[in-house]
Amino acid sequence: MNLPPFQALLQEHRADVYRFLVATAGPSEADDAFQETWIAALRAYPRLRRADNLRAWLFRIAQNKSIDAHRARGRRAVPVATVPESASAPPEPDDPSVWGPLRELPTKQRTAVFCRTVLGMPYDELATLLESSEEAARRNVHEGLKRLREELEHD
Amino acid sequence: MIDIEQQLREAALDLPTDAPPLAERADEEGLLDVAYTSVDSPLGPLVVAATPKGLVRVSYTEFRGEDEVLEDLARRVSPRVLEAPARLDPVRRELDEYFEGRRQDFDTPIDWSYLAGFTREVLRATAQIGFGEVSTYAGVAEAAGSPRAVRAAGNALGANPMPVIVPCHRVLRTGGSLGGYTGGVERKEFLLRLEGTLL
Repeated sequence: MNLPPFQALLQEHRADVYRFLVATAGPSEADDAFQETWIAALRAYPRLRRADNLRAWLFRIAQNKSIDAHRARGRRAVPVATVPESASAPPEPDDPSVWGPLRELPTKQRTAVFCRTVLGMPYDELATLLESSEEAARRNVHEGLKRLREELEHD
Repeated sequence: MIDIEQQLREAALDLPTDAPPLAERADEEGLLDVAYTSVDSPLGPLVVAATPKGLVRVSYTEFRGEDEVLEDLARRVSPRVLEAPARLDPVRRELDEYFEGRRQDFDTPIDWSYLAGFTREVLRATAQIGFGEVSTYAGVAEAAGSPRAVRAAGNALGANPMPVIVPCHRVLRTGGSLGGYTGGVERKEFLLRLEGTLL
């Protein structure tokens, strides 16, 4: 099995992984989540049995680190004086309008919407990333976009 | 109805891309199997790579492209190859000093574990040839324990993965002609002039 040098993977995907994490985990969590993602990938890399679908593999790791960041943020954000309007983690300060609502979506929809819309990821690759069928990947994109649209039109 | 996909794509253009560096953390975690960097030299840019045990590669970038060298390292040493200039600072400094004529011996450790058999013996023997000295293919074959394997010694030197630091340029043909050099014979001449061997 010939894996490409890890640096090649990093060069090709570092910017997209970082943007994904800023969008889905938030600017203040992105740096940590980025390092956690690549360190986990580097750790597992030599044991990979296939060199196809490296991007899907990487973004699955990034998605998991994004979930960890969400959980950590939720734990830290214990309200003291004010009553929160929702039970989920509070939005990041200075959120660009679309990313706040994106972060409120269920994990798979969040990933699916970003990877499909921003990265133009094909559905078969997205299905590999989400460990789902292509049909389910399509549904996640569709549902996620629908909810986002409702959310944004509501404002 | 708003075009949410268009809105996402436009917002994505404003997302930051200045991701934090990785090499230092990878090194701390013990995951930096092969660190590499590019070093400028009077012979053109060099790719220099090291494992935690020592140097594994020096290559003339103009002779063999960086991608090819990194792919070879990924295959033969470990796919955990990362650009990490800091870990190569000592060897970069030694190379600078050497090319400026302020250093004769390299102190940087060499990781010999990815070389095997006669090649390894020949290159180890070559590493013993001092600054300003020369040997011959026959001399190196003998020093490696196989005096009659002159051609094989030549092949081993031609495959030297660490030129300059393992000084294969100090091995000449019996009778004094220069012989070949991976990277081009003009580089061999330059190095021998730098060491005062050639006038």
